[in-house]
Amino acid sequence: MKIYIRSSSCISPQKTFGNEDFLTDVVEYNGTRLKAIEPDYKDFIDPKQIRRMSHIIKMGVAAAKDCLNQANIEMPGAIITGTALGCLEDTVTFLTRVVELKEEMLPPTAFIQSTHNTVSAQIALMLQCHQYNNTFVHKGISFESALLDAIMLFKENEADNILVGGTEEMVDASFKVLTRLGLYRRWPVSSLALLSPKANGTMGGEGAVFFLLTAQSSANSLAELTAIKTLYKPKDIQESIVSFLQKNSMKIDDIDLMITGKNGDLRNDRVYNQLGTSAFKNTALANYKHLCGEYPTSSSFALWLAANIIKKGVIPEIVIDKHIKGSAPKKILIYNHYQNKYHSLMLVSAI
Amino acid sequence: MSSSVYIAGVGVISAIGNNVAEHLAAFEREEAGMGDITLFNSIHSGKLPVAEVKLDNNALAAMTGMPQATSRTALLSLVAAKEALIDAAIPGFESLRTGFVSANSVGGMDKSEDFFVEFLADNNKGKLRNIFDHECGSKTEIVADQLGITDYMTTISTACSSSANAIFYAARLIKNDIVDVVIAGGVDALTKFTLNGFNTLMILDTAFCKPFDEHREGLNLGEGAGYLVLVSDKVAKTLSKSPYCKLSGYNNSNDAYHQTASSPDGTGSYLAMKGALEKSGLQPSDIDYINLHGTGTPNNDSAEGTAIKRLFDPEYPPMSSTKSYTGHTLGASGGIEAVFSVLAIKHRIIYPNLRFETPMTDLGLLPEKRFLTDQDIKHVMSNSFGFGGNCTSLIFSAI
Repeated sequence: MKIYIRSSSCISPQKTFGNEDFLTDVVEYNGTRLKAIEPDYKDFIDPKQIRRMSHIIKMGVAAAKDCLNQANIEMPGAIITGTALGCLEDTVTFLTRVVELKEEMLPPTAFIQSTHNTVSAQIALMLQCHQYNNTFVHKGISFESALLDAIMLFKENEADNILVGGTEEMVDASFKVLTRLGLYRRWPVSSLALLSPKANGTMGGEGAVFFLLTAQSSANSLAELTAIKTLYKPKDIQESIVSFLQKNSMKIDDIDLMITGKNGDLRNDRVYNQLGTSAFKNTALANYKHLCGEYPTSSSFALWLAANIIKKGVIPEIVIDKHIKGSAPKKILIYNHYQNKYHSLMLVSAI
Repeated sequence: MSSSVYIAGVGVISAIGNNVAEHLAAFEREEAGMGDITLFNSIHSGKLPVAEVKLDNNALAAMTGMPQATSRTALLSLVAAKEALIDAAIPGFESLRTGFVSANSVGGMDKSEDFFVEFLADNNKGKLRNIFDHECGSKTEIVADQLGITDYMTTISTACSSSANAIFYAARLIKNDIVDVVIAGGVDALTKFTLNGFNTLMILDTAFCKPFDEHREGLNLGEGAGYLVLVSDKVAKTLSKSPYCKLSGYNNSNDAYHQTASSPDGTGSYLAMKGALEKSGLQPSDIDYINLHGTGTPNNDSAEGTAIKRLFDPEYPPMSSTKSYTGHTLGASGGIEAVFSVLAIKHRIIYPNLRFETPMTDLGLLPEKRFLTDQDIKHVMSNSFGFGGNCTSLIFSAI
């Protein structure tokens, strides 16, 4: 069976939300952190609710609502979210109060909203949607797990249209901890120079991207989500990619563009460089993490990018790594790995 | 698609026992696991009873061969998941496509909240080894690595319905021919974070909880882990002992009413139970026992009771909340109670709902008060409902 991406909405450190422009007016960041550009939430969320909602909830709910608006669908058949770290702002707020107030007179709101399923839950609440509702929280494949859940629901005939998203928020505390753990550059860098020259560490990012997946295509559909696959510590990634393509009756030569998860970190990018100069030496390559930063569900940004490249028939200049002359891409492979442990492959095709 | 998914192994750890055998003995003795807080210093010590696993981290580390600094969440998870896998004794396990789907609600919070005290005073302080793998998925990864599972793993977090969702996602992985065997369930360790969180909601009972009782005053927090080994039709045929039962029905619905409170008419609970029945092709009258979500809070029990009445009235199967023994183990509860549901079928038993005295006025539901043996149990429904309106029901059926 085929699964289509009917619409997609992306809140990111770039002007990707509610904007016809496709990554031509690029925002540059200096430092080691990219922050999502927040839209005017009033257009999507009841103003009374906005005040109570944390950053990730607002981003997630607004992206979900905008995605449904674009698809002209009021009620999805399922809501599934992927987020590795969940509602950090509320978690940190509550934890801080437990310590500072010595467990006394604590207000409940931050705790209530700290559970990882809050984004999916708030979407359901806003839509009054009683359907299937799930949240995956598995590190670098949280979003891919949500996608697999949706694909299985389609195959089981449980739903005709499914809202799937990847969300992550960076707060000061998590940024500090991850910096101390050595994930980011030691010195400030321009986001546009992140991928070259490479060094140890990358830049942190965040965002919320939602997709409306459907079992039927329509004139407005962006692309087909042909297949996904996640791998844990694969022995030979090239072999895994070839076998993934084979299962979908494809060869490397059939891929018009590969979007990789290069993030400017020496060790992280080694495998992408190696593939780009060997098996994929004749394939056009694109990058995205200099635009949204590194975060566990950043592959949702890559999927938004791939779907839009196919629909619009153009590859934005800013993402091009290696250009191969030819017509607009019809088959795009997204290959991302998270800290060399979790690898994911997504195949996106023109309809 | 593989038509049926079988339960080949079970493993559990909670305040009433460190393995399946100890749980069965505690149920029969009608011995609840609640007591004073010993795991951390809290101003609530001596005031709020909790249901702690009766082993400290050193003992759990020794039992599992893990480093002592390991998060209690991972340690509890490993104990129960290992027991389940050994119990299943699957021939040729290494040659099969295997998966691990686990759930938890606060990951490594037991360590992170220690880290945070120093970190808050000075952002450059706090031991990084207590925070680096805080995220929920890391706990799953640690256990999967110990079990030697690499084909598929993921983590689900939907508050108190988390591990029920993990179990049926796992079943669907088998039905969709992605794996042959999955260990699925969930874990949560007791933390200061959750204890204080639930305390702010004023839903913790200062005495031992009284689920489904008119005079119930709230829940007791617990901790633990519970896992099932789910196998495909094909693998089930290779087992040396027959599987416990099959997972015949499941459904996930959302209450869409409030972030924490259940709707008065229990819409989400009703839809979850109804959907699970439809999936299994069963009628309400086919259910022989309901393992209630039954937290003991006024709101949950009245919503769940209302939904049960709407679905089952006028003929009710025996029902009970085993949280009267284990406390509410949050992200672990769906897994732990799935183990109890499977054991109810296997051992033909029904667990008592401890401390029940007075039926809820409007509903009049009568949970089982005695430990019943030699029961004819073919179909068991297990309910798990959580924050965010996440409601899930599972149905296990004898083969």
